[in-house]
Amino acid sequence: MKHTISVLLQNKPGVLSRVTGLFSGRGFNIKSLCVAETLDKGISCLTVVSHGDETIVEQITKQLHKLIDVIKVTDISEHEFVEREMILIRMKAESHTRAEVLRVIDIFRGKVVDVSAKSYAVEITGSASKITAAIDILRPIGIKEIIRTGTIAMARATKTK
Amino acid sequence: MGKMSGSQAVVKCLEEEGIKTIFGYPGGAVIDLFDALMDSDINNVLVRHEQGAVHAADGFARVTGEVGVALLTSGPGATNGVTGIATAYMDSIPMVILTGQVPRALIGNDAFQEVDIVGISRPCTKHNYLVSDLDQLIPTLREAFYIAKSGRPGPVLVDLPKDLMASQLTYPEKKDIKISSYQPTYKPHPVQIERACKKIMQAKKPVLYVGGGVILSDSSNELRELAIKLNIPVTMTLMGLGAFPGTHDLSMGMLGMHGTYTANMAVAECDLLIAVGARFDDRVTGKLEDFAAKSQKIHIDIDPTSISKNVKVDVPIVSDCKKALTAINEWFDTKSDINLSDEADRHMPWLETIHDWTVKHPLSYKDDDIIIKPQYVIETLHKHTEGKAIITTEVGQNQMWAAQFYKLDYHRHFVTSGGLGTMGFGLPAAIGAQMAFPDKTVIDIAGDGSIQMNIQELATAKQYNCPVKVAILNNGYLGMVRQWQKLFYNKRYASTTMDVAPDFVDLAKAYGALGLRATTKDEVEPVIKEALATDNIVIMDFKIEKEEGVYPMVPAGKANTEMLLV
Ligand SMILES: Cc1ncc(C[n+]2csc(CCOP(=O)(O)OP(=O)(O)O)c2C)c(N)n1
Ligand SMILES: [Mg+2]
Repeated sequence: MKHTISVLLQNKPGVLSRVTGLFSGRGFNIKSLCVAETLDKGISCLTVVSHGDETIVEQITKQLHKLIDVIKVTDISEHEFVEREMILIRMKAESHTRAEVLRVIDIFRGKVVDVSAKSYAVEITGSASKITAAIDILRPIGIKEIIRTGTIAMARATKTK
Repeated sequence: MGKMSGSQAVVKCLEEEGIKTIFGYPGGAVIDLFDALMDSDINNVLVRHEQGAVHAADGFARVTGEVGVALLTSGPGATNGVTGIATAYMDSIPMVILTGQVPRALIGNDAFQEVDIVGISRPCTKHNYLVSDLDQLIPTLREAFYIAKSGRPGPVLVDLPKDLMASQLTYPEKKDIKISSYQPTYKPHPVQIERACKKIMQAKKPVLYVGGGVILSDSSNELRELAIKLNIPVTMTLMGLGAFPGTHDLSMGMLGMHGTYTANMAVAECDLLIAVGARFDDRVTGKLEDFAAKSQKIHIDIDPTSISKNVKVDVPIVSDCKKALTAINEWFDTKSDINLSDEADRHMPWLETIHDWTVKHPLSYKDDDIIIKPQYVIETLHKHTEGKAIITTEVGQNQMWAAQFYKLDYHRHFVTSGGLGTMGFGLPAAIGAQMAFPDKTVIDIAGDGSIQMNIQELATAKQYNCPVKVAILNNGYLGMVRQWQKLFYNKRYASTTMDVAPDFVDLAKAYGALGLRATTKDEVEPVIKEALATDNIVIMDFKIEKEEGVYPMVPAGKANTEMLLV
């Protein structure tokens, strides 16, 4: 099963390698990983998408928590959550395909962020499945290059009854 | 307050932490530190190899329960220490390893004797630091000691750039250490204790399965109280030996791959397994699906990651072992509706079954009138030390025979590399133990292969008048590996014959130690008596039966009930 785990950690040198070392050393899988500072500059938030059965995911969260620099570990996929990825795609955009590229990215609510005579660079955000769908549709038109972030995710606010 | 150098501050901090002995080896990056140590009362032991320093500090920590400290230079000094660090990590030993580092300005430049020891040691330390800021030097060291000894203990490495050691600083006031992201759980949850106690009440065939956590938390007394009060038989892991008296009627000895028939049968048949400070290691469980398959399980451990890692448990208790055992004991003592002696009597049929197993297949060996059997050597050592010696071991058959036949009654008296199985551990660890207890008999039970891995430490022992005794069970083979080849590799003995070995008696002499040899059974006792009566270091070279195997043995991947017996 896919799990999206959110980890708050001390923003110190070497912390990221503690986390990645833990995953590689214990044979845990990393599908994607994103990390950046939080509002508090001393604390980073890392989102890791992994998969494994219940026992493995329990070990992943416990082992992460055991790292001295890890403040909090939440398996956010246990609850309702929103997830986003972003992709930058450079599309071949010659005269006969320019309009088509624009139409497709409009469907995915993407936007053009760079233009040249023969290409468009396009930005699309969304869930991992939406991004994958966009790639699938754009591929036949002619993708020159893609850069894709990992997933970031946030639990949905609890609704008061 | 006046200023002092970084290295003086480090030494002052060590003193503040109560450190009396450290083990080290100098080099360019740590000259300042060794210089500052000259003005301190700290006993600074110069080893002969950095691996020896770390193992010696480890041995010191295991027998005292205090934090062991090693001081190594940068580059090769640090890398030489890595095996020792990994050894301590696997067995959760509280240690602080200080390594020198090149000056900060050179870090990352492939400077002379620069190595990224923080990177290298990351997976085999509980935590580690590169101090990059003078202000952080002492706070970091204090934090390192705190982390090493709190929660589940472990080695912490602090890498110290040389320029910081020469800089001037004002020594900071001692402050309480609080790390928001590190707060081990010490106290058991009362609900879980209640659940555990009720399970114990219902059990007809309980077993206490006890590991190194009981020793690390110094809870042998609490364990003994519980076992005796309720008549619960006890089995110990290699790391748990000594946690419960090995000569007590309730002791079933060690379990697992080379465990006793009784212990493995009892675990297979029990209806309640009470795991205390043990981690369901593969050498203990054998085939996982069949391990204690008929039982409910209670698991007490301070490290949540140990719980339900390999085996699902019914009652997890994240807690210091001592606190949890105390809570369980109190629960039974304060429940007025419980008659303790009835509870204890309830287990009598179970204890009889266990007794029958022991009668049927006791731990045994075929003795010989002339050829020396290793088990006989261990039993004779036990007899003449009255079971009171501190035993360290190397790794291999020697280690297993020591575990099986030196019936330990005291905790912190068995010092062995359990998790990593590090050959070469026993001699330096014995030196560390002897430093801690100069008046005790300390014996390294060794193999002829392992002893050669850190034999240079004999010089350290000599220099510091550490009269350790080394008993080499000399079979001329890397015996344990050979045993596997014999049983599972069609007797194809690849690289396990030590065709050339030193004359250990002459070797002892070369180091200023006493060397003694026994080649027949009748020579064993006189050699041991003479060794124990000698103030000097002694190497006893016992030429043992070369083909002797360690039994019982559970073949790898088999269930523990599928033991090969003698
Ligand atoms: C550093 C290290 N290298 C290799 C091994 C693998 N190993 C385990 S037991 C053993 C044989 C040990 O031989 P010896 O010390 O003579 O002990 P014996 O089994 O003969 O009693 C070896 C090579 C190990 N445990 N540690
Ligand atoms: Mg041998």
